[in-house]
Amino acid sequence: MEYIIIIISAIFVNNILLAKFLGVCPFIGVSNKVETSIGMTGAVTFVMVIATIVTYLIQKYVLEAFGIQFMRTITFIIIIASLVQMVEIMLKKISPPLYQALGIFLPLITTNCAVLGVAIMVTDGQIPGVEGTITLLHSVVFAIANAVGFGLALIVFAGLREHVELTNVPKAMKGVPIAFIIAGLLAMAFMGFTGIV
Amino acid sequence: MSQWKNFSKGIFKENAVFVLFLGLCPTLGVTTSALNGLGMGLATTFVLLGSNMVVALIKNFIPDKVRIPSFIVIIASFVTIVELTMQAYLPDLFKQLGLFIPLIVVNCLVLGRAEAFASKNTFLSSFVDGLGMGIGFSLALTVLGGVREILGSGQIFGLDLYEGGMIAFVLSPGAFIVLGYLIVLNNKLINKKS
Repeated sequence: MEYIIIIISAIFVNNILLAKFLGVCPFIGVSNKVETSIGMTGAVTFVMVIATIVTYLIQKYVLEAFGIQFMRTITFIIIIASLVQMVEIMLKKISPPLYQALGIFLPLITTNCAVLGVAIMVTDGQIPGVEGTITLLHSVVFAIANAVGFGLALIVFAGLREHVELTNVPKAMKGVPIAFIIAGLLAMAFMGFTGIV
Repeated sequence: MSQWKNFSKGIFKENAVFVLFLGLCPTLGVTTSALNGLGMGLATTFVLLGSNMVVALIKNFIPDKVRIPSFIVIIASFVTIVELTMQAYLPDLFKQLGLFIPLIVVNCLVLGRAEAFASKNTFLSSFVDGLGMGIGFSLALTVLGGVREILGSGQIFGLDLYEGGMIAFVLSPGAFIVLGYLIVLNNKLINKKS
């Protein structure tokens, strides 16, 4: 039951993009086409889950064990940056087709606030629906659910934007401004889920 | 380029939020009121100034290949300074801004300026650039926060203006919609796009 609440809450109620505003840069940047947003979603899911596991363990067994929690920001960003690099090298060797598909998006993920954001939320103990201590399984489920929420919002939004490209928009609103207004309407639609968990 | 031009481009011509679309996550996330926007803007300005100055000073010692990780570590150190200082002296603001303070590390604006400007220019130019960009960013956040506060809760900087606002403007849809229309205004009035 606890896990179902985590999943529904992270995907719909507290959607990472539309309610928490994490990862808005790729949201606006790569959402021109449905295809690229699927690629981005894949890369983010991959890195987010691995990064959450590693940062959870580091926080628990290194930072807390030695009482150096103030080093968290620096440690986490270095972990994420090196993970992204490592994933890139490994993918290149193990699965060239997947690397081709995700390749250009991987370096962008280092500065995607969603990945660092989820890692920080987990270590701050801010998973909605969990009382008491957070286990590794909680954080993995939370990371996967957030990645799905990110993908859902990104792909729906890309679909909407593909249609808007074909319509006649006032000159000053072309491109990014109209995208923001659409995102606002989408966020309003997601607000309808408020209160179900 | 004169230093004055270098300073003012960050405020109008290359405004981080309205023109370059950098640093959007904190822009949308914390601007529920003008004061929060200003606080976030000043915190980012401090990090931006610090990282620009340090990067400009040591740019000749950093090997090209490990450039980006080095910049990130420099930025993360300044963010930690802000985080700890704010927690000690401004605990209320720190609680309001919450997650977004550590997330200054991944603000594309800070890394973008380090990479695109400070790693190629002198100490003085980088300082002026950081100041201009930071003030432009703070201004944008304060305006966005102010508009949302006026429409959403009928207040400005905590002073009551009228009774009852439209709560949607304080919640997430308002952030996207108000920012969208502010960019439109900017395109129409300040940086006329042909």
